[in-house]
Amino acid sequence: MSTREYMLGNVAIARGIVEGGGQVISGYPGTPSSEVIGTLAGMKERDFYVEWSVNEKVALEVAAGAAMTGVRSVATMKHVGLNVAADPLLTLAYTGVKGSMIIIVADDPSCHSSQNEQDTRRYSQFSLIPCLDPSTPQEAKDMIPYAFEFSNKVQMPIIFRPTTRISHGKSDIELGPVEETRPAAEFVKELERWVMVPKNARIQHPHLLEIQKTMQEELENSPWNSLELADGAKVGVIASGIASVYAKEAVIKQGINASFLKIGTCPLPENKIRTLMENTEKIIIFEEMEPVVEEQVRIIAQETGSSVEIIGKLQGPVPRIYELNTDICADVLAEVLELERPDVPAEVAEDFDYDRCRIDLPMRPPVMCPGCSHRASFHVMKKVYGKDAIFPSDIGCYTLGIQSGTVDTTLCMGGSITVASGMYQAGEKKPICCSIGDSTFFHTGVNGLLNSIYNNADITVTIVDNRTTAMTGHQPNPGMGKLATGEPTVEVSLEELCKSMGAGFVETVDPYDLEKTEEVFKRAKEYEGTSVVITRQFCVIDAKRSGIRRKPFTIDAEECVGCKLCVNLGCPAIEFDTTTKKASINAMCTGCGVCAALCKFDAITEVKK
Amino acid sequence: MSAEGISKFDLVIAGVGGQGTILASDIIGKAAVKENMSVRAAETHGMAQRGGSVVNHIRIGCELGSMIPMKGADVLLALEPSEALRYLEFLSDDGTIIVNTKPILPVTVTSGLCSYPDVDAIIAKLEETHKVKAFNATELAKEAGHPQSMNVVMVGAVSNYLPISVDTLVGCVRDLVPPKTIDINVKAFEMGMYVTQG
Ligand SMILES: Cc1ncc(C[n+]2csc(CCOP(=O)(O)OP(=O)(O)O)c2C)c(N)n1
Ligand code: SF4
Ligand code: SF4
Repeated sequence: MSTREYMLGNVAIARGIVEGGGQVISGYPGTPSSEVIGTLAGMKERDFYVEWSVNEKVALEVAAGAAMTGVRSVATMKHVGLNVAADPLLTLAYTGVKGSMIIIVADDPSCHSSQNEQDTRRYSQFSLIPCLDPSTPQEAKDMIPYAFEFSNKVQMPIIFRPTTRISHGKSDIELGPVEETRPAAEFVKELERWVMVPKNARIQHPHLLEIQKTMQEELENSPWNSLELADGAKVGVIASGIASVYAKEAVIKQGINASFLKIGTCPLPENKIRTLMENTEKIIIFEEMEPVVEEQVRIIAQETGSSVEIIGKLQGPVPRIYELNTDICADVLAEVLELERPDVPAEVAEDFDYDRCRIDLPMRPPVMCPGCSHRASFHVMKKVYGKDAIFPSDIGCYTLGIQSGTVDTTLCMGGSITVASGMYQAGEKKPICCSIGDSTFFHTGVNGLLNSIYNNADITVTIVDNRTTAMTGHQPNPGMGKLATGEPTVEVSLEELCKSMGAGFVETVDPYDLEKTEEVFKRAKEYEGTSVVITRQFCVIDAKRSGIRRKPFTIDAEECVGCKLCVNLGCPAIEFDTTTKKASINAMCTGCGVCAALCKFDAITEVKK
Repeated sequence: MSAEGISKFDLVIAGVGGQGTILASDIIGKAAVKENMSVRAAETHGMAQRGGSVVNHIRIGCELGSMIPMKGADVLLALEPSEALRYLEFLSDDGTIIVNTKPILPVTVTSGLCSYPDVDAIIAKLEETHKVKAFNATELAKEAGHPQSMNVVMVGAVSNYLPISVDTLVGCVRDLVPPKTIDINVKAFEMGMYVTQG
């Protein structure tokens, strides 16, 4: 039987957790990290515990607690999630762990699905927790069992940082054996270690600094770093993580005789860097985002008095933003080594000139699905609060409401209610109505609402409750009565939660019922203090999966006067013919009925069958 | 063209979120692995899947990165005509375009913000620089039994170019599509395959 399988990077990482004998796995969804837990939770046979936690701080602490008992744990999140979990992270470096712990943090250079492109290796430097930086999905999988072992050996958590192209890349994966042992959970009281009062922290900090050298030496000689010295090469290329496969391809393509140092760990393989320096005249460094490797190389050059020329991104020409690729690497090599430029210079690649095609392509941005309940909520919100009102929002599918004029701010997850109350407290007189999804509300919205109620902010908080975490792939959350594994659990009531925090106005409506929703929003607007409106309706994707079928709608061309009232709703199922000046509904309609309720000429009706 | 020592065959699949580009690349990727070739693929997940423009790269016989360089692809398989034009920059000068001529209008067009180019003009434009196989794959999929099997029609159409046997590809179609739709999809594959033959 073949042990090679074609799989998604995140599925390979999940497989690595199984091979390494992971026991407790917690995480909060976030592209591109979500499929790791999704895969583990979907396995029919499991000998580990897996959960969706309510946020990343919680996930990291759950995994930390597990590792304190001596088992192998994993916390997963996207890069910005580590900001939420940064508080426990920095002190966890002091306590260390007893079993093993891996913190999987998926970075997203180029912001394919993110609000920023921060580099998790900076957190590794900041916290002094080592980081592994895979270059391929295969290496990603193989690094996990290694990380469990290394973590246990040095009694430290390990950060593992894939990027979008690893997590959402696919590759043939050579499977490995599955670790059979399962250390039993047993917490041993050791106050000096687990209780970080100042006295203990002052002992643990120097200890943390002390073990850096040991960890560096061990990682230096791990399989993740490799140095190939080429005969007679005056040029050395250093590349880290995924950039190493791009750089390698560029070197082959350009036919360059170069020594090559591939880096997969942070702390870096300093001896290998020194050796490369001694054997070359020029070093070119490729790494995505921050100049983490480059800064270290420059420090080493200074320490050793090396006169090697160092080329990277601090002084250019390697870009410090967005993903790298083979074209960019080839172009940099050509520029630096004065070679003939490759076929297509990277500028063309980056800024493809559509004029060359002489055909204007329409933009195709992602949009809310036909019948998405968020669209209905936003429509009414805008009607009641007015165009001039301020609509702070949050992160989720509803952020796509940016096209409907009801998303005026998105800062970070949970940042809607707080930003709204800050605006109110600053003296802003316009009506303020913010929106936040159910998963985001459970994540960090709860604290914001508590604060807003406590401090008497006169704002409306709309919880757009589509009963799922849609944006990241429909993961369950505490409001759904369902665990990560699909098993039933307590269903947390948003209404009771809000009321118990002191909210004096809490109302729930079905946003498809435009009339009722309008009436509720009107009263919420009148209410003095923090009012909460919960607009509850299933995400149409989930509704479809659970078998809810609604009859589609159609537009009677005879009755349509071309007023575009329905078109302005922005539903992708509604089309407008500019020649006949009439609207029509295409096959994508999911039958929410919102457009029909809007039409003043009764031109839109349910399809009769 | 896919370069010696780097990759054996580089394929770009372009389309619109919801058209099934991921299933299309999975069939091809899995089939290549079954025939003992290494594969690297890059996919669009997340935000762009909500009706946005999506692109997948598949490199067969490649052990490096999954991203195909500019002008590197042997074939550009476009499930939607305007998306063929959008990702043309990846196709090598002597590469081939296989394109479904059935457009999907983005909201920017349905709402009257942008206009959608004439499909014949798109094809003519593509033909100016490359070999083009253009046909209405959505119509063929309907004939096969369901419009959603359009992605498999397109896999059938590209099968004549891939370094993978038809039997292996059809086996993967059977493995990967929902069991109830196997017959429709196998038929869809064959219909696509005939279109680009000869
Ligand atoms: C700190 C942080 N963690 C995770 C994410 C990824 N993320 C973006 S939207 C979202 C969930 C949104 O769910 P919900 O609020 O229910 O809205 P929906 O998408 O269902 O409309 C998540 C987890 C993020 N952007 N930031
Ligand atoms: S996935 Fe659900 S929540 Fe997201 S846009 Fe579609 S219907 Fe709306
Ligand atoms: S009923 Fe109207 S608004 Fe709702 S999905 Fe159909 S076309 Fe769109």
